[in-house]
Amino acid sequence: MDYLKETPSQTAGPYVHIGLAPAAAGFDIYEHELGFDPVPEGVPGERITVTGRVIDGMGAPVKDVLIEVWQADASGRYADSPEDFRGWFRVVPDFETGVFTLNTIRPGAHGRHAPHLSLWLVARGINVGLQTRMYFPDADNAADPVLNLIEQPHRRESLIATGESGAYNFDIHLQGEKETVFLDV
Amino acid sequence: MTLYQRDRTWHPPALAPDYKTSVARSPRQAMLSLDATASELSGPRFGHGDIAPGENDLITNYAQGGDPVGERIIVHGRVLDENRRPVPHTLVEIWQANAGGRYRHKKDQYLAAIDPNFGGCGRTLTDENGAYAFRTIKPGAYPWRNWVNNWRPAHIHVSVFGHSFGQRLITQMYFEGDPLIAHCPIVKSIPDPRAIEALIAPLDLNEAKPLDCLAYRFDIVLRGRRSTFFENRPEGN
Ligand SMILES: [Fe+3]
Repeated sequence: MDYLKETPSQTAGPYVHIGLAPAAAGFDIYEHELGFDPVPEGVPGERITVTGRVIDGMGAPVKDVLIEVWQADASGRYADSPEDFRGWFRVVPDFETGVFTLNTIRPGAHGRHAPHLSLWLVARGINVGLQTRMYFPDADNAADPVLNLIEQPHRRESLIATGESGAYNFDIHLQGEKETVFLDV
Repeated sequence: MTLYQRDRTWHPPALAPDYKTSVARSPRQAMLSLDATASELSGPRFGHGDIAPGENDLITNYAQGGDPVGERIIVHGRVLDENRRPVPHTLVEIWQANAGGRYRHKKDQYLAAIDPNFGGCGRTLTDENGAYAFRTIKPGAYPWRNWVNNWRPAHIHVSVFGHSFGQRLITQMYFEGDPLIAHCPIVKSIPDPRAIEALIAPLDLNEAKPLDCLAYRFDIVLRGRRSTFFENRPEGN
């Protein structure tokens, strides 16, 4: 068969911010950095804030991570043009503490999939970007087909944020007892 | 429609002990495998309103009245998928060190000088045939803390979107003939030499601009998409 092979991944390295978030790297180059716009005023949906940290196998925060977020709008629809609510964000933690903050709207359910944010993490030491999801503690997650694929009930918890009333916390553990479920999709 | 399974034996494993940072940052549990759902088949779209003209020219996009120091090069190629279909109108972003091997990043302490005329990042959208091009300076090799005497081969970091969030890819492009490629623990985290070969851009003299600029060619392949001829699972799965 005449298929090509996917280009192999390489780590984004410690300076990923130069390419994808230059303001965070300490310089001003683009008229408009992508992924950092607040949700525009008129976009329907409940405003939410998600804070968290990515934690390595030694228990230390990964301060040089860059996370991309992809989500549906409040009605559960994914945007198909840049003029819509794009549903895509870049998140860079505070380089001193490793704490990140995302301000967005709560996504709607999509089919049988409970409301969730799709996350993609890259950093130094991560050889292939890691995909995972964040679900909401105050939503009905019982029928979600992805959560239900996870055999061990306690590992399902790794994909569900804590908090309530629009303020959530979601820590991502790269290793250890609380290791987050990562997706090979 | 869904995505072809990613060949995890072709990519570097999460844990590559000779690349020390991967030891504490590699998941140890098996990943959860599933067919892509709407969340991974869809993905952000970008348009010409998102970027400004000239952002793909790293020789001029940060210049403060002079030219950056170093070897002038064009890096160009196409973004295709595994079915050899071009990926049009997708965002390609690059970043790199300057000719001396120094990054413009507040965390980079290497003693090589910052170049006042060089930022080190650029971005562009592929055209309708999936083609893209950047003009830049050939980056220098730089030392890094891993083993005591590790040096990165000259490389450009490349980020590509495709049309699905499940196609998202970051990689590094190397330069034909660089003797440091064979010594780099990050390169060697890739087990298959043919996969390493796919990251080494050949010199492309035909696209070089005489008396101005050399050229290197780097084609990028994203995961392919398969049509599902027979649907046997309920909607939304
Ligand atoms: Fe680098």
